Amino acid sequence: MTPISSPPRAGGPAAAAGTPRATLRSALGAAARHRLAWPCLVLLALLGLNVVLTDGFLAVELKQGHLYGGLVDIARFGAPLILVSLGMTLVIATGGIDLSVGSVVAIAGALACLHISGLENQNSVPGVLAAVGLALGLAVLLGVWNGVLVAVGGIQPIIATLVLMVAGRGVAQLITDGQIITINSAPYKLIGGGYWLTLPFCLIVAAVITALAALLTRRLALGLFIESVGGNAEASRLSGIRARGVLIVVYAFCGLCAGIAGLMISSNVSSADGNNAGLWIELDAILAVVIGGTALSGGRFSLAGTVLGALIIQTLTTTIYAIGVPPETTLLFKALVVTAVCLIQSPAFRRRVFRRRGPRGGAATAEARRVRDVPEEVTS
Amino acid sequence: MTEPEPIVRMRGIGKYFPGVKALDGVDFRLLPGEVHALMGENGAGKSTLIKVLTGVHPADEGEIELAGRPVAFSSPLAAQRAGISTVYQEINLCPNLSVAENIVAGRQRRRFGFIRWREVRRRAAELMARLDVDVDVSAPLAAYSPAVQQMVAIARALDIDARVLVLDEPTSSLDAGEVERLFGVMRRLRDEGIAILFVSHFLDQVYAIADRMTILRDGRLVGEYRTSELSQVELVAKMVGRDIERPAAPARARRRPENGTGNGNGNGRSARPLVEAEGLGRSGAINPFTLTIPEGEVVGLAGLLGSGRTELARLLFGADHADTGTVRVGGETVHLRSPRAAIRHRIAFCPENRRADGLVDDLSVRENIVLAMQAARGWSRPLPRRRQDELVERFISALDIRPADPDRPVRTLSGGNQQKVLLARWLIMEPRLLILDEPTRGIDVGAKAEIERLVAELSAQGMAVLFISAELEEVLRLSHRVGVLRDRTLVARLDNDGSLTTDALMRAIASGAAS
Repeated sequence: MTPISSPPRAGGPAAAAGTPRATLRSALGAAARHRLAWPCLVLLALLGLNVVLTDGFLAVELKQGHLYGGLVDIARFGAPLILVSLGMTLVIATGGIDLSVGSVVAIAGALACLHISGLENQNSVPGVLAAVGLALGLAVLLGVWNGVLVAVGGIQPIIATLVLMVAGRGVAQLITDGQIITINSAPYKLIGGGYWLTLPFCLIVAAVITALAALLTRRLALGLFIESVGGNAEASRLSGIRARGVLIVVYAFCGLCAGIAGLMISSNVSSADGNNAGLWIELDAILAVVIGGTALSGGRFSLAGTVLGALIIQTLTTTIYAIGVPPETTLLFKALVVTAVCLIQSPAFRRRVFRRRGPRGGAATAEARRVRDVPEEVTS
Repeated sequence: MTEPEPIVRMRGIGKYFPGVKALDGVDFRLLPGEVHALMGENGAGKSTLIKVLTGVHPADEGEIELAGRPVAFSSPLAAQRAGISTVYQEINLCPNLSVAENIVAGRQRRRFGFIRWREVRRRAAELMARLDVDVDVSAPLAAYSPAVQQMVAIARALDIDARVLVLDEPTSSLDAGEVERLFGVMRRLRDEGIAILFVSHFLDQVYAIADRMTILRDGRLVGEYRTSELSQVELVAKMVGRDIERPAAPARARRRPENGTGNGNGNGRSARPLVEAEGLGRSGAINPFTLTIPEGEVVGLAGLLGSGRTELARLLFGADHADTGTVRVGGETVHLRSPRAAIRHRIAFCPENRRADGLVDDLSVRENIVLAMQAARGWSRPLPRRRQDELVERFISALDIRPADPDRPVRTLSGGNQQKVLLARWLIMEPRLLILDEPTRGIDVGAKAEIERLVAELSAQGMAVLFISAELEEVLRLSHRVGVLRDRTLVARLDNDGSLTTDALMRAIASGAAS
């Protein structure tokens, strides 16, 4: 037997490096069958559309030590969605779902802004750090709450997190006292709108969290446990996996991701809006996860696919603005494109379209069925 | 012949599922005014036959006659309309609806499109009275006991003027008194001329109620008998497929302890007890039992399906909580609160249903093999890849798992190879007690022989094995001693000292006493 190499896995290091020409060809063939092939293709197609529609879309320039350009904007505005989607991926991989991420986004932003607005000097770095710590701590706590409801309370994830989805908006309103809190803090502004080492700071944060998630799940055994619990909870329990602990950790991580996203979103506009911050982001995140190839039924998950999925959705949003779809129809347009993307990815749909298009193939199978039936009838 | 004309006659019924012949040329008849038991072990084809009869599955071969006229039901509804009513094992009613609503749901009498509730309640009360059950038909179903709910399910079945009533395991959730009450109703319906097809795993119940029985084995008809003319021992023999008169096969003496290993004071062989269960039990699952599993021995469990074999094993692995009793491992009293706790005491468990409780379908062979070991190490100490490869490759070749590709999803493997993957998961843990629940069911002959050989080797190396199998030959071939289960009770512990035969085992299963 030839030694078997593992298939490329999400978040892991790139498997092949420095390949000769012959293996390059087979690698290309393998890439076409790779589960990330479709999301990649869709993203490239959307980017291509933008290139055609917008002059200088691909141009990236350095202004005052900061990177600017269409691509940078997509990544920058997409960072919160990437984060929320990462957390969502792990939750979905356990067979659950977290509808409360939008509310957690609002709560985290509200708490941070409230704390900063109360500072004597809103530009004090320790003060801002305390606000960030407070907000993220609460976000993790809310995630743990979800996890406990699901893992210990045995409540269906969609219901357990629906509670916080609805109640969380109220909590955010309470924190902001029903107002939009506006702040003026340079250190806080850095999180969502600032630059560091020429790169948007939020992009760096998203990259670090993605790397962290990849490390935890693929370098440590957490990923195996998550996929195992999501794939077959009872078998996992009988193998000695503490499914409850895994679930709570996963929901807590999802809360943390939503919290960071909340900081980014509120930092970007230097204000906290309990009503609208992160509104419907849970749906975009679930879409990103599904487009990225993680099944809602749980089990196998792909962090790289999710990042691609989030970028696709962000690119789509950008494209809608770029091509000037009337604002009242943007949601409809988005829905149509997402439906199309999901259909393209569905093997069942592809099979069906393929069968419809090929009447000969259909006739052949019908005939085969008939032929197979005859001997059975004879023997009966 | 004074027998009435059969209401149902099935001839040469064949049914194929991908890769399996579930039914093969089965003949079956059901007479009006009789209670007819359909007997057979798990997988014998009982439920498939019922499903063919009630229109859930179309038959691939053969013909069905209802009251002398050929029929072919396209759906359960079509069968119902023809007068064949079924009450399934799991009572599928709506507890939040009233008794009356449950009885008539979907068939409400209407006038001008509106449901006539008075008429509905009158009809429901009539039906319940016919069953001699006194309930308020407008009360919610959940207010009543499982037995009454069962009656409601039967009333619902009768509401369509059933001529044939199929009861699939109706007694599994009832206590003794409730069973008696159900039997009273069944007798009355029988006397009214309704043909009742009854499926139960409880032999005593079958003998208490059934007039005749049809026995299936491996999808084939064994025969049709009058209950009064077939003893329980003969019935068990026919169900498991061993002729009672036949002498035990001599070949299996090959692997048996040289001496009898009496309880504790082994003469000749030093069998230190590894796991001792005392009065261990769980209500509704298994009555308190006492069982000792010594090091280096195979303890077999024999009994019909539903006799509590699996339930016993699950208690020893901490998969379910025991209500009573204690367990000692290596002389030390332990609390098996969870599978995790049992694994810490180096107990391993290959469950009966390997797809549902054992393997994680989506994961690869490698991941499935290392799962328990990784779980024991925790999430923060991943098993190094090199060690994984080493272990996985060693066991793939030792157990001859095919294809020998550790990265293939385990669901693509055949049943036998899946079973080996599950075995490998536990063998890398080097357990002291290995519990195997039906490890050879549904796998091909070659893999079966390999697994049997492996069990023998492991016990020779000092591992204790609890071996559960429906196949008595196999239990005898491998076990040093055999525990016999019947109706959720461990009724006998027999030493396999050379004189034990499948006949004796069957007698023990049938009568509940050692011969």
